[in-house]
Amino acid sequence: MSVELDVFVGNTTIMDKEVYQLWLNGYTVNDAVKVRIEGGVMEECEASADVLLSDTMDQYRTFQMCERLLHHPAKLANQLLFQIPPDRQAMLIERYYAFDDLFVREVLGKKLSKGTKKDLDDVSAKTGVSLKSCRRQFDNFKRVFKVVEELKGPLVENIRQHFLLPDQLARDYAAIVFFANNRFETGKKKLLYLTFQDFAFCAGQLINHWTLGAVDSMMEDMDVDLDKEFLQDLKDLKILITDKDLLDQHKSLVCTALRGKTSVFNEMEANFKNLSRGLVNIAAKLINAKDVRDFFIDLVEKFIEPCRSDKWTSIDMNLFLTHYTNSAHILDTFKHHAVWTRYMGVIKSCILRMYHD
Amino acid sequence: MPGKLKAKIVAGRHLPVMDRASDLTDAFVEVKFGNTTYKTDVYPKSLNPQWNSEWFKFEVDDEDLQDEPLQITVLDHDTYSANDAIGKVYIDIDPLLCSEAATVISGWLPIYDTIHGIRGEINVLVKVDLFNDLNRFRQSSCGVKFFCTTSIPRCYRAIMVHGFVEELVVNEDPEYQWIDRIRTPRASNEARQRLIFLMSGELQRKIGLKVLEMGGNAVVGYLQCFDLEGESGLVVRAIGTACTLEKISTLPSTATHQSNSSPSKDMKEPVFGEEVPGIPLSSGPPTPLRAQTFSSFSPSKSYSRQSSSSDTELSLTPKTGMGSGGSAGKEAGPLKALLRQQTQSALEQREYPFFTLTSFPSGFLLHVGGVVSARSVKLLDRIHNPDEPETRDAWWEEIRQEIKSHAKALGCHAVVGYSESTSICEEVCILSASGTAAILSSRFMQDGPLDTEHRLSRQPLVFSTGSERVEGDMGSSASLGFEEVVPPGCGFCHIPYDELNIPFPAQLTYCYSCRRSKVPDVLFTTIDLPADANITGKGCLIQARLCRTKKKAQGEGNATAISNLLPFLEYELHTQLMNKLKLRGMNALFGLRIQISVGETMLLGLASATGVYLTALPGPGGIQIAGKTPSDITYEQHISNMQKKINDTIAKNKDLYEINPPEVVEEIIGSPIPEPRQRSRLFRSQSESSDEVSELDLSHGKKDAFVLEIDDTDAVEDIHALLTDSPTPQGFYSCNTEIMPGIQNWTSAIQMFTSVRVFRLNNANLTNQGLNKIFSDLCENLLKSLYFKLRSMVPCCLCHLNFTVAIPEDELIQVAVTAVAMSFDKEQILENGKQSGEKTLTKAITENDEQLQFNLELNPESSHANPLSSPKGLSEVGSHPSARAPSVDYSSFADRCSSWIEQLRLKAHTIRRGSVKTTSSMEKASPLPEGRSRSLRSNRSYSGTSVAVVKMTPLSFIPGAKIIKYLGIINMFFIRETTSLREEGGVSGFLHSFIAEVFAMVRAHVAALGGNAVVSYSMKECVFMENPNKNQAQCLINVSGDAVIFVRESELEAASVQPQSTTHTSNGGEGT
Repeated sequence: MSVELDVFVGNTTIMDKEVYQLWLNGYTVNDAVKVRIEGGVMEECEASADVLLSDTMDQYRTFQMCERLLHHPAKLANQLLFQIPPDRQAMLIERYYAFDDLFVREVLGKKLSKGTKKDLDDVSAKTGVSLKSCRRQFDNFKRVFKVVEELKGPLVENIRQHFLLPDQLARDYAAIVFFANNRFETGKKKLLYLTFQDFAFCAGQLINHWTLGAVDSMMEDMDVDLDKEFLQDLKDLKILITDKDLLDQHKSLVCTALRGKTSVFNEMEANFKNLSRGLVNIAAKLINAKDVRDFFIDLVEKFIEPCRSDKWTSIDMNLFLTHYTNSAHILDTFKHHAVWTRYMGVIKSCILRMYHD
Repeated sequence: MPGKLKAKIVAGRHLPVMDRASDLTDAFVEVKFGNTTYKTDVYPKSLNPQWNSEWFKFEVDDEDLQDEPLQITVLDHDTYSANDAIGKVYIDIDPLLCSEAATVISGWLPIYDTIHGIRGEINVLVKVDLFNDLNRFRQSSCGVKFFCTTSIPRCYRAIMVHGFVEELVVNEDPEYQWIDRIRTPRASNEARQRLIFLMSGELQRKIGLKVLEMGGNAVVGYLQCFDLEGESGLVVRAIGTACTLEKISTLPSTATHQSNSSPSKDMKEPVFGEEVPGIPLSSGPPTPLRAQTFSSFSPSKSYSRQSSSSDTELSLTPKTGMGSGGSAGKEAGPLKALLRQQTQSALEQREYPFFTLTSFPSGFLLHVGGVVSARSVKLLDRIHNPDEPETRDAWWEEIRQEIKSHAKALGCHAVVGYSESTSICEEVCILSASGTAAILSSRFMQDGPLDTEHRLSRQPLVFSTGSERVEGDMGSSASLGFEEVVPPGCGFCHIPYDELNIPFPAQLTYCYSCRRSKVPDVLFTTIDLPADANITGKGCLIQARLCRTKKKAQGEGNATAISNLLPFLEYELHTQLMNKLKLRGMNALFGLRIQISVGETMLLGLASATGVYLTALPGPGGIQIAGKTPSDITYEQHISNMQKKINDTIAKNKDLYEINPPEVVEEIIGSPIPEPRQRSRLFRSQSESSDEVSELDLSHGKKDAFVLEIDDTDAVEDIHALLTDSPTPQGFYSCNTEIMPGIQNWTSAIQMFTSVRVFRLNNANLTNQGLNKIFSDLCENLLKSLYFKLRSMVPCCLCHLNFTVAIPEDELIQVAVTAVAMSFDKEQILENGKQSGEKTLTKAITENDEQLQFNLELNPESSHANPLSSPKGLSEVGSHPSARAPSVDYSSFADRCSSWIEQLRLKAHTIRRGSVKTTSSMEKASPLPEGRSRSLRSNRSYSGTSVAVVKMTPLSFIPGAKIIKYLGIINMFFIRETTSLREEGGVSGFLHSFIAEVFAMVRAHVAALGGNAVVSYSMKECVFMENPNKNQAQCLINVSGDAVIFVRESELEAASVQPQSTTHTSNGGEGT
């Protein structure tokens, strides 16, 4: 004796946020029922486990039918099959496109390819995020990537419009797309201390200042790629380290400005040339795609680690970078002020964001 | 050439990918009507084609317009092979044929394929130019309006209720034709869908013709059903109530006239008593129809005056006369018949005095006798000649005759809340009909004066009560109309049959409300609770469920076996209902619907109704348990335990449903006959075998306490079953009638839903008890699931819970439920609860604010004219019944032309409101707008979507809103089939998406008609068949309802504040 068929269809589609979250998290129906029972919904509503099971099944089915629409959120608004109030629609979309920071940290900067997808079970094991959920998140990344890849105009805005995501989520997706497109290395051991939000912040900086779109938002190429011309120009900055005079001058200017203002002055003075070389070399090499990928690891290795071993504080870091940037403009033989500002502005905010434990 | 149909194909969207290579589609559209087909150009390589076609024109007879649907087929062009069909859209043209309904169909409609479901949408425009046809012998009935709603539609007034119309058409089922063996499932499904479309079109046209013959212009309570008889064919049948309706007009030209006859829904007798004499002369009827109306009223009126003096005599005659009459048979005794000669009404001259309505304009329903039903078991044979569906007609004729005679036996001349149904298994078919025997007022019917006299014969009993009440409350003797024959709160409970010759065992007492007429101890009906009925506490859903095994048999033998089982089934269902009713401390059932379903090895019976405590009826006695063999102590212990449980349950239920009968009133009025007080401890007088039990303390003990004998296991089971019905969770109420008796303050939050369950009995050797339990649990669990699902709407009531059971296969039980959950404001319940404890007389008025407002209207001069100082014209304004627009008819109010009168009326309106507030009844009515405006706001925020929100409800109204236009009937039939059941998520996944698709299609068609809601929605058929081994399933669904435009009441109120600027049309705009 068994219930062979059991459906409930409302004119307004009924969706329980809690069950939706369980579904998104990749719980099986039975596991979801267990979680719900533990959550105490039964006592609240005088229901039995059977009732809960039936309800969960129903909702899961509804979500599965909706999933197709969620892949193109704009369709959700003008489809006829489900009558869903707009606030509910927004909730469905937002939660569907939400992701786990732990998970995204694993795939950030990786190629969104089938190969990566195959490795998701490892990611799942490592992060504790269920494989189903990993797949959904991965597919979301890929889908957003594919759509905006081809589009002109500002990346964040495109994502927001095409996927009807709230602002913050759209920015995060922009970061993910940007990282995937430029294949930034984020998985090295030295980078593991950085959170997704650190990277997302840096991505925002890069998108806003280093891409073609940053200069002219309506350029035919888009926010996804770095401004080639700018990268080319960055090579000119090399003069700051190749010209011995310039380097010395730069150092003395910074030292003068910082003397007495920082507790790590001696370390800074001793290390100045190394640090400066590190930063300028990163700039000079960015024209190579391979070195773009290593951008973050280079920042950490060449700059952040030496400073950290000398026990700089964030305040020290901020002081140094400010004066380091400004002093270059006073150097009489240094001509590339615009490129320098554009470069150092991003570097400074990235480093400051990344400089933590 | 009386009609030109025009269609334009605008665009498509979300089309499926038909060409795998390009991931695109080369779509074009075929538009077909009758035998004419047009094609659009191919729109290459797009999933969102923009055809923007020319207007395709079809010049056709209006007969065809009624019968045929417009068929739109979307195809994918293929250069090398045959074009692939993407899907079809059938558009019912009927709503466009009526001037008062929709004028254009325009919008996105889902493209439907019977194998793949919805595949994208198509935007179309459809119009009809209709030329007048004066041919008397025409076959079409364009312009007759159809309503599924089983009451007078909200923006109409009934001028005349003509009576019963029925028709059936038969055909061969395409699924069973020889050609089906060689055609694809898709082709077969489409042939079936199309045929049913055609048949229901034809049926509707034929019914329309009958209505025109009767002189009506509308069918209300239109109920169309399909009988899939398998091999023997396909029957589409329909019943309805022919009426002459008049739209509550919004045109200034009719304003004066309208004001005379008062808006429909609260047309009250006294108005006629007062105003009819002057009117026909002063305003002059604009249409022949009206003339008819008045002529039908006036004779009855004059008669009532003449005879009023001799009332008393007349009323006494039947009683004494019948005393000697002895036993009257089923067909009513000779004496009774003799009496009836005098009181023969037009109704009885009619073939079938049946009405499919379940609620009535007040004053129409006078007395209710009880439920009448008839069933017959038939063997299906092949329908040889589709044009001569005589056998089926004859079958129904038989049943209707039986119903008619049952009604007569109850002393009634009419049957209301009438419905018909079938259950088919293989070649056996059970035909059922049921209704409520009643006596109706002649006011809405063409009838002779004798009928009036007949009614007057009962009048004196209640006459004074009615007047007392009105006088007492209003201080107005003007309201004393002669047509006012029954007190609204209890009159319908008064027995129509003769008390000395009761057709069934019943205990009669004097009415607890008016103390003047006899009432039965319980009352079962198939109608909705009359709006003005006095009730105590709240109602609840009561179900009796029964399962009986039956041996497998063939042909004649099978039919006989079923016939033999039926009476037992019905008896047991009745007993169960009665027990459950008593267990809840209630005394009446409304909306009773008994469904009997036949399968190969079992019969299922499901009776659903809404129980209430009618104040006019005596309180129910308790339930007593009697042991037949009280030999040992443990056994007696057991019995007394059970008795205690039952008593506890009754007490609990009384608490839960707030049933505390107003005993104070009884004391005051005093009963003419010695009546046992409810609390008095009496020993049961039923002699049988229960002497032992008399020692038990029966707190509910009463002379007529109901006895359950525990003499066998059956009874034990029964009692267990009785007690296992779990109560509804906190905050929930449920009923199967339109609204929950005792709750009025609905918010606008509604949620219509359909839920289907199929249960497989794996164990073939089940006892009746075992089956009963399974079936009962199935229903209970389904209800529990519903409560859980809808918990976010609490406090809420599940209204119009409509259960349908079926036995799709040998070991399967299918239960489908469609209902609407409606939220209400909690604070108000408490208030109501408090009120229910008050005196009956007060309650009679507070319960029914329509009545109150009306009564206030009765003396407008005195109450309203005085405060306003303008001497001239004001009394005129005040005396306009239509000036009480706030509650009744905003649109007509807003449309009035002269603005100064407008303002005067507004003033009158506000004053009236003020005066209303001083009375207690408005405690209830006044907070309503607040609740509504709140919910309106939340509703408005939704309006940003590109898809218009379409509300659906099985009820005839939308809480907090006013229906301003009926756009036509929605009657859709869909078949869905799959050969990849597993891939679609199994049977549940398949049916889930199909039901969702059906909803979507209904909504889309309503939106295309310009509507924003479907009322009186019902799913009349849900036939589900599966073959999991072949990975196949098929489902047929038939739904119907009325497409309407509604406007939120708060918007209307806002509109009526600025009468000059607001017009009716702008209201309509807001609604869409």
